[in-house]
Amino acid sequence: MTLETVGFWVVATVLLASSLAVVLTPNLFHAVLYLAAALVATGVVFLLLEQPFLFAVQLLLYAGGVVTIVVFAIMLTERLVGERIAQTSRHVVNGAIVAAAVFVGIMGFLIGAPLGAPRPAETGDTTAAIGRALVGPFAVTLELLGVLLVVALLGALHFARSEE
Amino acid sequence: MIGLPAYLVLGALVFSIGLFGVLTRRNAVGILLGIELMLNAVNINLVAFARFNGDVAGLVFTLFTISITVAEVAVGLAIVIAIFRVRRTVEADRLDLLRG
Repeated sequence: MTLETVGFWVVATVLLASSLAVVLTPNLFHAVLYLAAALVATGVVFLLLEQPFLFAVQLLLYAGGVVTIVVFAIMLTERLVGERIAQTSRHVVNGAIVAAAVFVGIMGFLIGAPLGAPRPAETGDTTAAIGRALVGPFAVTLELLGVLLVVALLGALHFARSEE
Repeated sequence: MIGLPAYLVLGALVFSIGLFGVLTRRNAVGILLGIELMLNAVNINLVAFARFNGDVAGLVFTLFTISITVAEVAVGLAIVIAIFRVRRTVEADRLDLLRG
């Protein structure tokens, strides 16, 4: 087995285990910590796919930003109510059936899908290619994304402002 | 050599786990965590397709989904906090203000 194969199985195991922990652990705060582990594992998957730039973005934005925001939200909501941050699940059997059905559907599609022979991968520095694509064919999308981020920032401020 | 199908199966598994979390969690923050997992699975698929097809568009789209997810989380959690201020709970089952 090559290093890539071993790495894939290790990362896949960590990713699936931490994902299961996110949806199953009764403590909400622990769930967020497991989510951080899952997000870092996803970043390592990007690294296995030879995309170091996306790995860095994943760590900075997801594992850094999102997890911090969620921890803040939990602190704010649970501290005020003074209860333990336990959370329960409902309809576990129904949820498992639906999730398994969706998985089987995706697998059925994958088996029937014409994936084709893999073309030669992008060689060299994909970061430069991403940068050129961002200001080339995707320039308008990039600008729209900037507008979206400003709107989201203002919206979050509006929702979270204090009443007085 | 790990091929494209292995990454797609991994993405499908993580997506299903996230869907399970969205369906079964009572806490609104827990539901958001499930949505995060599902978006993450989509990112794995996008990067895997980009890598094995030699197309940079998938990588750019991954950047876009990551950024949009961050915006979505910020607004979503602000809404959760606002709901909490009004209702003193973030349990999705008890947020039935619009029920007639």
